[in-house]
Amino acid sequence: MKLPDAEALCEQLAAELRPRLGPKSAMIGLYTGGAWLAERLHKMLELESPLGLMDIAFYRDDYHAQGLHHDPKRTKIPFDVNGRDLLLVDDVLYTGRTVRAAMNELFDYGRPASISLVVLADRGGRELPICAQHCGARVEVPQGMRLRLTRADNGRLALALEPSRAA
Amino acid sequence: MSLHIKNGRLVDPATGKDGTGDLYVDGGKIVERVKSPSKTIDAKGLVVSPGFIDLSARLREPGFEYKATLESELDAAVAGGVTSLACPPDTDPPLDEPGLVDMLRRRALSLERSRVYPVGALTVKLEGKALTEMAELAEAGCIAFSQANAPLRDTQVLWRALQYAATFGFPVWLRAEDAWLAREGVAHDGEVATRLGLPGIPGFAETVALSTILELVRATGARVHVCRLSTAGAVELMRRAKAERLPVSCDVGIHHVHLCDRDLGYFDANCRLEPPLRSQRDRDALSRALAEGTIDCLCSDHTPVDEDGKHVPFAEAEPGATGLELLLPLALKWGQARELPLAATLARISSEPARILGAASGRLALGAPADLAIFDPAAPLRVAPETLKSQGKNTPFAGYELSGRVRTTIVEGNVVYEA
Amino acid sequence: MQHNPQLNATGELQHLLSIEGLPREVLLQILDTAESFAGVTEREVKKVPLLRGKSVFNLFFEPSTRTRTTFEIAAKRLSADVINLNIAVSSQSKGESLLDTVANLSAMQADIFVVRHASSGAPYLIARHVKPHEHVINAGDGRHAHPTQGLLDLFTIRHYKKDFSRLTAAVIGDVLHSRVARSLIHGLTTLGVPEVRVIGPQTLLPSGVESLGVRVFHDMREGLKDCDVVVMLRLQNERMGGALLPSAQEYFKSYGLTAEKLRLAKPDAIVMHPGPMNRGVEIDSTVADGPHSVILPQVTFGIAVRMAVMSIVAGN
Repeated sequence: MKLPDAEALCEQLAAELRPRLGPKSAMIGLYTGGAWLAERLHKMLELESPLGLMDIAFYRDDYHAQGLHHDPKRTKIPFDVNGRDLLLVDDVLYTGRTVRAAMNELFDYGRPASISLVVLADRGGRELPICAQHCGARVEVPQGMRLRLTRADNGRLALALEPSRAA
Repeated sequence: MSLHIKNGRLVDPATGKDGTGDLYVDGGKIVERVKSPSKTIDAKGLVVSPGFIDLSARLREPGFEYKATLESELDAAVAGGVTSLACPPDTDPPLDEPGLVDMLRRRALSLERSRVYPVGALTVKLEGKALTEMAELAEAGCIAFSQANAPLRDTQVLWRALQYAATFGFPVWLRAEDAWLAREGVAHDGEVATRLGLPGIPGFAETVALSTILELVRATGARVHVCRLSTAGAVELMRRAKAERLPVSCDVGIHHVHLCDRDLGYFDANCRLEPPLRSQRDRDALSRALAEGTIDCLCSDHTPVDEDGKHVPFAEAEPGATGLELLLPLALKWGQARELPLAATLARISSEPARILGAASGRLALGAPADLAIFDPAAPLRVAPETLKSQGKNTPFAGYELSGRVRTTIVEGNVVYEA
Repeated sequence: MQHNPQLNATGELQHLLSIEGLPREVLLQILDTAESFAGVTEREVKKVPLLRGKSVFNLFFEPSTRTRTTFEIAAKRLSADVINLNIAVSSQSKGESLLDTVANLSAMQADIFVVRHASSGAPYLIARHVKPHEHVINAGDGRHAHPTQGLLDLFTIRHYKKDFSRLTAAVIGDVLHSRVARSLIHGLTTLGVPEVRVIGPQTLLPSGVESLGVRVFHDMREGLKDCDVVVMLRLQNERMGGALLPSAQEYFKSYGLTAEKLRLAKPDAIVMHPGPMNRGVEIDSTVADGPHSVILPQVTFGIAVRMAVMSIVAGN
């Protein structure tokens, strides 16, 4: 099946976001796909405040079933979260659990003025009341498959399907 | 009661004879023939050997009845084919009073199982200061004198004790361990103890003490039996002492010819033993020396320890392992590993300890006491501590697959155990 | 009874008892996870909800304020409930056995036992008797192991030196009695440090120490040459009593770390110490407070490392 062009979607999102930026805007990308996307968007939007990158490993709701995932990254938010209009960036929005975890983690850093969710692709299948304010495209994902963002050596972003790990 | 044991494989370790035949017992002795025996035992496919003689088995009475009793331990002994055993003096109170020894002997006799040979305390309360009344104790039934595992630090007292014992010709049984060098140690001082962070007892704690003992033997002429050798160095010293014809003998415990310090694994308190399990090299030297005869015999050093004594960190655990019921299978396993004929293997647990005890048993000869063990050398035995008759379930061999099961044990012509 | 009790059936860490016997990958997983915890202290809410609702019981049979406190801080940063039990050894021997104590606590829904005990092997005994969902972390057992200290030492070395495969490390002092030394040596050799040295007088080096994979030096100046990492061990006063050493002064002369001796090591060498320090006995104040010393950062890293260990075992 044909997946939308990630690079094109980036341009689309940047165009959508540019007019909405303000002095309190700041961006945080979720590892790993969201981080790549955020790095691209941050550059394209020329945001003043530095980019934040977040790993939600310690806020997941499946710790008791799955244990700690290997190789957690280090969350780095090099600005004060309090009072900010945050753009939370992830590659694919699916059940909404990752975003729930990210918001919980964010609130342990401080109290933002607002959080807008920016995703490249929405594949539906929500299990929590979460929605994206800015979405590149809706994508149908066949059963047993996983949608994710890839980054080539030359930096080119692309969406890809792969079989999902057994539940 | 008179017995006819037929079709058995008769093995006489004293002479090396090994062949099928019949054996007759009457009046407590082995006889030529009995016209109408009261009982016939068919020993087809089984070995008929002199009953086993264990030079060290703790019966825990008097004083430690919560760990074991004469009943349970003598049940274990006969189930293991052990017809005679010597018990060390480290009871509570220690066997330093003739009255205690007498009581113990009478109680053991009344139970009509294995013969019990008490070893008396060498010093009062085993404290290593004052001599015990050895002549009185011998009259009460002590066959030798010992410190068990209690140290005798004062070498002058040791010298005097040996002189005194030599005066009467009493044998002295000693463990060779320098108390200062062994102080606080709980494992063999080497790589394993270093990794496990356990305080070590160096091998030379044994050889230093043994050299002292042998020098004192030279000076006093005392007859000394060295108990529970554990190092290759001690083996060498004993070899030279025997070449010199000193009046010495020695034994090794069943654990030390099979296991070494690596078997401690992750702090298995069942491997907490006195002396400690030493290196592979030491174990191999002990195993070889037992085969060659430099070490005279094998004993179980049976020491029942209750759960509270073992379910604690290694260094806090009570040393010792249960062993009466494993003496035969472990001796057979050792003999097979050394490729010895059965008679030679069995000598280590029958005729040789009999010689050291000065007992008439331990042989399949006419007129010898009818102390016999009838066993199946090939019968599999899975070591399951819960099924042991001894109250001591503490063994490093739990789960091991061995062979050698006793079917019938006879003491003084009486059947005292039948599987 | 010989399978590694630290790993469960799928090879994941269920107890941390000793660095010895842990595969390289597990050690690296702990160090990497600790790395990601290091940022938690810089936030407003210095907590993550990972162990919310879990109980961590600090079972200290040997008194300790430092280690116990860092475990407590680490557990609380993971949102766990912490219960401290300081059980003096004498009351232990009078009353409850070790296993009875653990069984009673287990009945109170413990999830993690952090255990410090004077007898080597005590945490193994406990680990053999806890329920499947309970985890044991060794906070120091006798002379045997202090794995979280070893891990934070490794973390510290990685932080400053990056590549283990090019280092020369020296552990100096009372190796005989030191669980810290044993754990660190196992960690260094497992992670591929090509040269690990121990330096000390014969009385303070255990039998067969070479079998741990180390080079033995009795001359400190020789042993310090070209070292990248210098780890000083604490010398306890009792050592003078047991005829192991004549005096602290003589020890300092031969085995104390001074600025002058440190010059024999590499110019960018780091100096570590598990603490608490005996200034003027094993280490000179100028070195302890000097530019090579990373002794204070070690303490900070200790919290992240302990958070990593707890979150890994509790999830398995």
